[in-house]
Amino acid sequence: MSLTQALFYLLAGVITLSTGMAVTRKQPVHAVVYLVVSFFATAVLFALLGAPLVAVLQIMIPAGAVMVLFLFIIILLGREAPKPRDDSAMRWALPGILAIITVAAGLMLIASPQHQTIPLAMAKASARELGTYLYRHYWPAVEGISVLFFVALAGAMFLVREFKPKPDAQNEEPKP
Amino acid sequence: MTMWFAGFAVLLVKMALVLGVALTGAAYLVLVERKLLGRMQLRYGPNRVGPFGLLQPLADGVKMILKEDLVPQGADRFLFMMVPAVLPLTTLLAFAVVPFGTELTIMGQQVPMVITDLDVGVLFVLSLSSVGVYSLALGGWASNSKYSLLGAVRGVGQMISYELPLGLSLVPVIMLAGSMSLVDIVNAQADMPFIVYQPVAYVLFVLSALVEVKRTPFDLAEAENELQAGFHMEYSGMRFALFFLGEYLNMIFLGAFAALLFLGGWHGPVLPPFAWLLIKTAIMPILLIWIRASLPRLRPDQMMRLCWVWLAPLALLNILATGAVMLLKG
Repeated sequence: MSLTQALFYLLAGVITLSTGMAVTRKQPVHAVVYLVVSFFATAVLFALLGAPLVAVLQIMIPAGAVMVLFLFIIILLGREAPKPRDDSAMRWALPGILAIITVAAGLMLIASPQHQTIPLAMAKASARELGTYLYRHYWPAVEGISVLFFVALAGAMFLVREFKPKPDAQNEEPKP
Repeated sequence: MTMWFAGFAVLLVKMALVLGVALTGAAYLVLVERKLLGRMQLRYGPNRVGPFGLLQPLADGVKMILKEDLVPQGADRFLFMMVPAVLPLTTLLAFAVVPFGTELTIMGQQVPMVITDLDVGVLFVLSLSSVGVYSLALGGWASNSKYSLLGAVRGVGQMISYELPLGLSLVPVIMLAGSMSLVDIVNAQADMPFIVYQPVAYVLFVLSALVEVKRTPFDLAEAENELQAGFHMEYSGMRFALFFLGEYLNMIFLGAFAALLFLGGWHGPVLPPFAWLLIKTAIMPILLIWIRASLPRLRPDQMMRLCWVWLAPLALLNILATGAVMLLKG
């Protein structure tokens, strides 16, 4: 087993464990922390597989921006622990089935013979190559996503405007 | 194999050097700040420990280590104890991509004067600065105090807002240099530092950096008048010192970052490259201290308006203008 392979399995273990912990925590803030750890390990995995740009973006956007917003909301909502729910079998049935399907698919992938012959080799895609490839082959998708962001921005601005109290309603005194 | 070990040894030496310079710099920046603030307020500043107060950082360190390490009742113990390490950690990691000179030739081998020259260096730094927000958010939450929590909420809002102008102000520099590697960006400034072409971007960067390190007039996360000390209020001893260290390391780092991106890095006449980089790095921390001594604190809504109404659109316009000029000039 090469160093790259050893690191790969180590990181895969960290990702699986921390994501599992994130799903099972009762305290939302702890779940967020575990998920951030999982994202970090994923970023290192991307770097290991030769995609430094994706690795950095993985830290910057999911770990650095999205999860901070999650944390922000959770903190604003207060720190009361959620009410314990009844542990019925039905609650676990669907996620259990989905997890079993995923594990089975993963095992089949590992067991398939042609996959074993592909060694995990060091490779590297530079930011410039990735950007050129993305804009040459997928520019409609990139433009579509940017339009989507613009719509989201306009929506956010609209929501903020709605929350302004009307000047009349604020000064009105309650009738006796 | 010998070459591999030699490379590893060189890497370790470089890391030790950067760590030593950055930590010593942070410790003495505290002294410089107290001295400068003192002079600006017509007093002497610390001058009792050692000649001219030069041993003051050492005395402060001893004091911090000897103080009692408190964990408040009802705090989230594990997070509370772990979180102070995040801020200095992310800042020290960011120093890994800072080049401090041209390549040296040691025993016939080219040794680049940077720990690692990532081709996504600028993005690496930005991603680490966005991770630094966790120290504040989790520290404030884990303390189980309303002042800490309010400070954390304010600080998070301010830091994620100003990441936008901070990142956008760097885009024109990347466009001009045609690379995100800090070494390439400095090499592109061999003739003329980018501040000449991008004065607006530099001003945007300095303002956003001021907010990122949360110093007066943007220290709303630790506003003494209304929040006591904000997100680090419940911390004592070495854990408080780690927050403090993170802030000063961040000031030095942003100074170095500005020097590399806008002021031409190690390029300069007469003096050796490393000396030029140190001089240019010192500009930002001293500017920040000066601003702290001069300006009162802003209100949260004023600060947010400054970001979203002025700085972010200005940064976007700057990118547009840079792109247009580059297209016209070919």
